Amino acid sequence: MTTNVKPAACVFHPASTPDFLPAEQLQHLQLERLQNMVARAYNHVSLFRQRMDERKCKPQDMKCLSDVARLPFTVKADLRDTYPFGLFASDMRDVVRLHASSGTTGKPIVVAYTAEDVQVWTNVMVRTLAACGCAEGDIIQNAYGYGLFTGGLGAHYGAEGLGATVIPISGGNTDRQIMVMQDFGVTAICCTPSYFLHIVERAGEMGVDLKALPIRAGVFGAEPWSDAMRAYMEKAAGIKAYDIYGLTEIIGPGVASECREQSGLHVFEDYFYPEIVNPQTLEPVPDGGEGELVLTTLAKKAMPMIRYRTRDITSLITEPCPCGRTIRRIRRIGRRSDDMFIIRGINVFPSQVEAALLAVEGTLPHYQIVLTRQKGLDEMDVQVEVTAAFFSDKVSALESLHDRLSSAIEHTLGLRVKVSLVEPHTIERSMGKAKRLIDRRNEKTEA
Amino acid sequence: MKITQLSVFLENKPGRLSHPCRALADAGINILTLSLADTHQFGIMRLIVKEPQKAKKALEAAGCVVNLTEVIAIEVPDRPGGLADVLMAIEKSALNVEYMYAFTFRRADKAIIVFRFEDPDAGIRAIQAKGMNVISSVELYERAGK
Repeated sequence: MTTNVKPAACVFHPASTPDFLPAEQLQHLQLERLQNMVARAYNHVSLFRQRMDERKCKPQDMKCLSDVARLPFTVKADLRDTYPFGLFASDMRDVVRLHASSGTTGKPIVVAYTAEDVQVWTNVMVRTLAACGCAEGDIIQNAYGYGLFTGGLGAHYGAEGLGATVIPISGGNTDRQIMVMQDFGVTAICCTPSYFLHIVERAGEMGVDLKALPIRAGVFGAEPWSDAMRAYMEKAAGIKAYDIYGLTEIIGPGVASECREQSGLHVFEDYFYPEIVNPQTLEPVPDGGEGELVLTTLAKKAMPMIRYRTRDITSLITEPCPCGRTIRRIRRIGRRSDDMFIIRGINVFPSQVEAALLAVEGTLPHYQIVLTRQKGLDEMDVQVEVTAAFFSDKVSALESLHDRLSSAIEHTLGLRVKVSLVEPHTIERSMGKAKRLIDRRNEKTEA
Repeated sequence: MKITQLSVFLENKPGRLSHPCRALADAGINILTLSLADTHQFGIMRLIVKEPQKAKKALEAAGCVVNLTEVIAIEVPDRPGGLADVLMAIEKSALNVEYMYAFTFRRADKAIIVFRFEDPDAGIRAIQAKGMNVISSVELYERAGK
């Protein structure tokens, strides 16, 4: 068993952060912060006070870390119900920033930061980028969207805090992204994995060889992506692709990050306390077991979050990481408990469809699942974009591809579905996130 | 002796055919001949143009998926049985024709047919061994006269 392995030499010293604290010291810090945060939430946020009172739970009951389990859960609907400012624990004059998540239905959710919260956010994003192999002297192209979305400014502050050079290019205008990447000597990029996939494709069309450029790291987050997609992007662009994790409700990006081992994401648990619960019973899952990730913020001032149900399915890795970080890891998130859909009585996760598509050689993961209801029967159409890599002038070759895709999905799901080969760029590209599922089952069908 | 053919993937829905044709028009590229293969699901448009690389660039810039394949163009006597004789000779060589289509232009008493063989070199050898004329791209573009 390894204990504290010395971190690799780099200008930023991650060793001076809590990433490498001995467990007892970390837990001591966590408990102290938990007690302060719970008291603050109880005293300043009526929803938390009311819920804790219902459970006969007082701030002073937080005697040890496991007492977190006595606290009530918080869900996304709570943020909607208290829209816009109902969960704030700070006076607006102390709030220096507001962000909001894009609400596809109804109102967005709004989150707040004090100046101190922004410092915490910067700190965890510096640690994120350092874990992803970035350091002072790097030229970081930040292609996360700037604006109400937390990705852009979160990565921006982190990269500046690290001492790197930031190019705040934001998302979109892919040709310009590629030009900047070439001309500015970019060494790392921050964006969503689906947008980087788009950059890779476009660079190929433009005849630009990303492998020949200085870029060596991709810091990808804001949506789940598969290991096969990672392998493809790493090979096509000559980079190491790191998975980072975060959510608006907690802070934005900076909740957890992979390290050079690319084997699970270290949770910055001195600020975000992780639990894994069974999403049905809400009971804690034993260490190492799979369940829904629940997070409690330990130091957020403007908007503390108590046992927030992320809907993301993962498990905690308790074994020490060879990188030397002592903070625990979560496994990469492949699916969300609310991504699941039921078709003809079968539970399906989009990630299962993706795995099946990837099993068929040469298929890039640009796909979309469209659910419709025809004459009372649910239909699932998997639309897959044809790329130059597997397009053929022969009908038989394309039909064989189509059949292989259909049978791979049928084999995985135990369900016969329609597969459509579609032209490239017909599936909506997210500058932000890839929309994998379109559910039209409750729409009125056209007459 | 081989001719470069472009293939373009088409979704089977209205308006998809004009899109690549418009892209070629805008790039000033003339189509010498084309053929369409379609299934209930998708289609493949195969084209012969004078500048296949330029055409490929123009089509890709317009968002099309393009594939380049080598095909051969064979002169066929323009009379009843002309094609049947050529095909019989091909069959005897145990070559499999993946698909074929004709050029719109001809000269004197000869039509020109595009053949797609799995192995175009083997195709050329077999055709020439039978004393038939395989047309080079240079000659073909000259005959097209544009």
